[in-house]
Amino acid sequence: MTVVYFTALALLTLSAYVLASRRSVALSSTGVRLHSLPAYHGLLAISLVIVPMLLIWAVGTPLVSQFAASNALTNFPAETRNDALQAGSALREIKNLAAGQRSGDVSDTLRAAADTYSAWRTTGDYLLLSIGLAAALLGIAASLRLVSGPFRARNHFESVVRVILLACAGVAVLTTIGIVASVLTETIRFFFDPNIKGRPGVFDFLFGTEWNPQQAMRADQGDIKSAYGFVPLLTGTLLITAIAMCVAGPLGLLSAIYLAEYASPRMRRYAKPVLEILAGVPTVVLGFFAALTVAPYIRGWGEALGLDVASESALAAGLVMGMMIIPFISSLSDDVMNAVPQSLRDGAYALGATKSEAIKQVVLPAALPGIVSAFMLAMSRAIGETMIVVMAAGLAANLTLNPLDAVTTITVQIKTILVGDQEFDSAKTLAAFALGFVLFFITLILNIIALRIVRKYREQYD
Amino acid sequence: MTDATSTLPTQLPPARRRAIPPDVAAARVRRRYASERTFKALGIGALALTALFLVMLLTSIIVKSLPAFSEHRAVMSVLVDAAVVDPDGKRNADTLRSADYASLTRAAITTVIPGIEGRSARKALTGLLSSGAADDLRALVIADPSIIGTTIKTPMLFSDDVDLYLKGDTGRYTTAAGVAELTPSDVKGDITLTAADQSFAALIAELEREGISADAEAGAHVLDGRIPSRVVYVNGGAVKVVKATANTLTGPVLLPLSSVSPAKTGSWNLTTYAQPESRRRISDQEIVFIDKIKSAGAIERGFNWRFFTSGDSREPELAGIRGALIGTALTLFVTLILCLPIGVLAAIYLEEFAPKNWLTDIIEVNINNLAAVPSIVFGLLGLAVFLNYFNLPRSAPLVGGLVLALLVLPTIIISARAAIKAVPPSIREAAIGLGASQQQAVFHHVLPLAMPGIMTGTIIGMAHALGETAPLLMIGMVAFIVDVPTNISDAATVLPVQIYLWSDLPEAAFQQRTAAAIVVLLGFLFAMNGAAIWLRNKFERRW
Repeated sequence: MTVVYFTALALLTLSAYVLASRRSVALSSTGVRLHSLPAYHGLLAISLVIVPMLLIWAVGTPLVSQFAASNALTNFPAETRNDALQAGSALREIKNLAAGQRSGDVSDTLRAAADTYSAWRTTGDYLLLSIGLAAALLGIAASLRLVSGPFRARNHFESVVRVILLACAGVAVLTTIGIVASVLTETIRFFFDPNIKGRPGVFDFLFGTEWNPQQAMRADQGDIKSAYGFVPLLTGTLLITAIAMCVAGPLGLLSAIYLAEYASPRMRRYAKPVLEILAGVPTVVLGFFAALTVAPYIRGWGEALGLDVASESALAAGLVMGMMIIPFISSLSDDVMNAVPQSLRDGAYALGATKSEAIKQVVLPAALPGIVSAFMLAMSRAIGETMIVVMAAGLAANLTLNPLDAVTTITVQIKTILVGDQEFDSAKTLAAFALGFVLFFITLILNIIALRIVRKYREQYD
Repeated sequence: MTDATSTLPTQLPPARRRAIPPDVAAARVRRRYASERTFKALGIGALALTALFLVMLLTSIIVKSLPAFSEHRAVMSVLVDAAVVDPDGKRNADTLRSADYASLTRAAITTVIPGIEGRSARKALTGLLSSGAADDLRALVIADPSIIGTTIKTPMLFSDDVDLYLKGDTGRYTTAAGVAELTPSDVKGDITLTAADQSFAALIAELEREGISADAEAGAHVLDGRIPSRVVYVNGGAVKVVKATANTLTGPVLLPLSSVSPAKTGSWNLTTYAQPESRRRISDQEIVFIDKIKSAGAIERGFNWRFFTSGDSREPELAGIRGALIGTALTLFVTLILCLPIGVLAAIYLEEFAPKNWLTDIIEVNINNLAAVPSIVFGLLGLAVFLNYFNLPRSAPLVGGLVLALLVLPTIIISARAAIKAVPPSIREAAIGLGASQQQAVFHHVLPLAMPGIMTGTIIGMAHALGETAPLLMIGMVAFIVDVPTNISDAATVLPVQIYLWSDLPEAAFQQRTAAAIVVLLGFLFAMNGAAIWLRNKFERRW
């Protein structure tokens, strides 16, 4: 049905353009002076067809399927209908049967329900199609009536375009709203919904030192002990981030200093691509490298030194994550140092400073806010990074600061809980969203502070 | 100028004067220059270390991937038996498809090494071939039914363990020529090899070093799977050493001997496989068979086209990336058609039309923050909104593309804005001066000039999307999918996720394939980034 609808849409669009622009051409050949070019009359006609048809489709399709579903469910007894879970699974079966994707024995109730569903769907789809067609034809008729000499088709079309442009810019806002809404509602349910078994209190979550999400597989397993203490995940995340910053901080900053202050243009031409390639390596590749090359090395060295190293140590994941954020820190710091006015350097040289003294005592202090914000952005990236830690760090939620132990992170737990089959209403699944919310919150705070510092600092020298 | 000077204190404070001896001054200057050099060296060192990381990363992956690009096949004569393939002689396609081709390939490999008795030995021999060998034969027969009833010579794929052994993965072995005349007791079964007394003293000493002491009950040193295994090659056959005394070696025959006549000094040898049998995936029996097939010249090594033409599989030697490549293409297609128009139009709005008000401010702050939101959070959005609210299909490129589009949208908007901003205002002013409306000026004049910059940003954004894994895990693109997807609502996986899935598997052959898939992925990324750089250099204009 969707195909038919959109084919009709395309055909009507085309004919609207042709009809309206032809009519305006015909009008102008009779000697009438047109305000707008024929193309604008056509384009306005197009928007009068597309906009209502898309709106009708976007609003109508969910309505039709909602209506068909509720009618189909009347075939089932009231207790099925009133229980959200049972109704949901019945609905899935109905839809599968209606789509012809279900084989095997089918109960009479189900078959009747599926027939009701298909019948309502078909009726609804035809209704939608006819409403859409009517609206489109009305649109064409209206646009043809509107074609006249003084009619300002271009201005009207341009205001339509403006709305479209604003809508596109609004997608970013919608995305943020979507993220916040989806993550926040599940988090609130995780903490406060009385129907969720085994949910922790906010206090237990924030200060609990044990993380052990379990899900009851059967009804008689209801009293499985789950623990949702966030502290081990936070320390694990911060431990790996700290290791990464220890690697990337000095390396990134020093290479940025060299590139910004010392390197000849030729050197920059060769060094920049190295950093850009490193920045472009997908994290799944770095994770593979960490798990299969770096981790065994570290384990080997540890054993040679008589240390007990876990096979999924925080050190391996942290080192490779450090590699990942070197280019990030270095390119941001490079930009900041380039923005420091040359006059400051010249002043230092005039007082007899060597180049390194000028950098250490003048350029770096001047660029400090920018460098701090670069470090904060890099930290937020390290905290939110998933694949390296999924592949190279462990699953065990150990509360430790020893870099040779296995630790787990927020992102690893989100991934572990949500990959594979989940029940959408269990405390375990909701816990992943709560972690997602914490992650979003932490990185958002870091980003906002960093961006604010950068903006303030930029204004200072502009 | 007068104002400025007048604010200076008329009398400078008395300068601190202290005579610095010339040698102290020189030392100080030397120290300052030394620290200058150290600082510069630190910078170079940091850059070099970063480059070293990159080189290590790329070499380790390329070296790991190389074996996966070739495969070993046994070139053998197969009798395409009409009684098995097409018993009723009607050339019915269904009959041909469902016939038992595995029995034909099994029969073919047993003809290469005849005379093998015993269930386990025969199983070891037929197990050398991949299950894909029968599928290849099926494809051959279906493509050309006229070969039924004839004997054809065709390459047949080995299993991944054999392939790895042939690529030298099983480790070193050493061969010592026989030091005495050796007499076998039989040509098959469990046999004893006898030689002059103390002939095997060296072997016994070696075993003692490996921690095997004489077993009182057996009256000999008993070898097990935890130490390097020993095989005696004698009279055209092979015997595995299980018990050793100073003058006898006892064990099962792995490959039948031609005779029981005594073998002269130097005409037989004792081979030691350094890796113990329990620590490798291939048994001594299989090694002996493979070496025999190899010495018969029936093994060829060829480029592994299958890696690019087949979908995922549980068998490493059959697994390929075609499904993942198509899935990636479909996903990126959805991403591109969504985020390019939306991104460009949003950039045009913000750069050219947006009034300076709180709404515009919110949108701008939003875009900057969205660019730094962790990618896994976009996965959560996809899971909660697209899958659970809109009920879109799980694992589908449609949903993957939607999520990635939202993910790269900020990147594209930011780079498109930069490209539009780079077009000088004089272009707009000239267009408006000639009577164009503001929109005409933007769409007819500014946008075409900004297009190369927008394209560069788009390619870089798409490269970013191509490497993204975490959000796709959230929306279920991690399923094991054999079929190659054909449209955007089929279950599919993408290349980075395929890499993640394979990297989790224990088989060494899968690790090599993971590395090979990474090489392909990096190849695409470098090509895209290269295209972006080329575009930038070719069309970039300085106004």
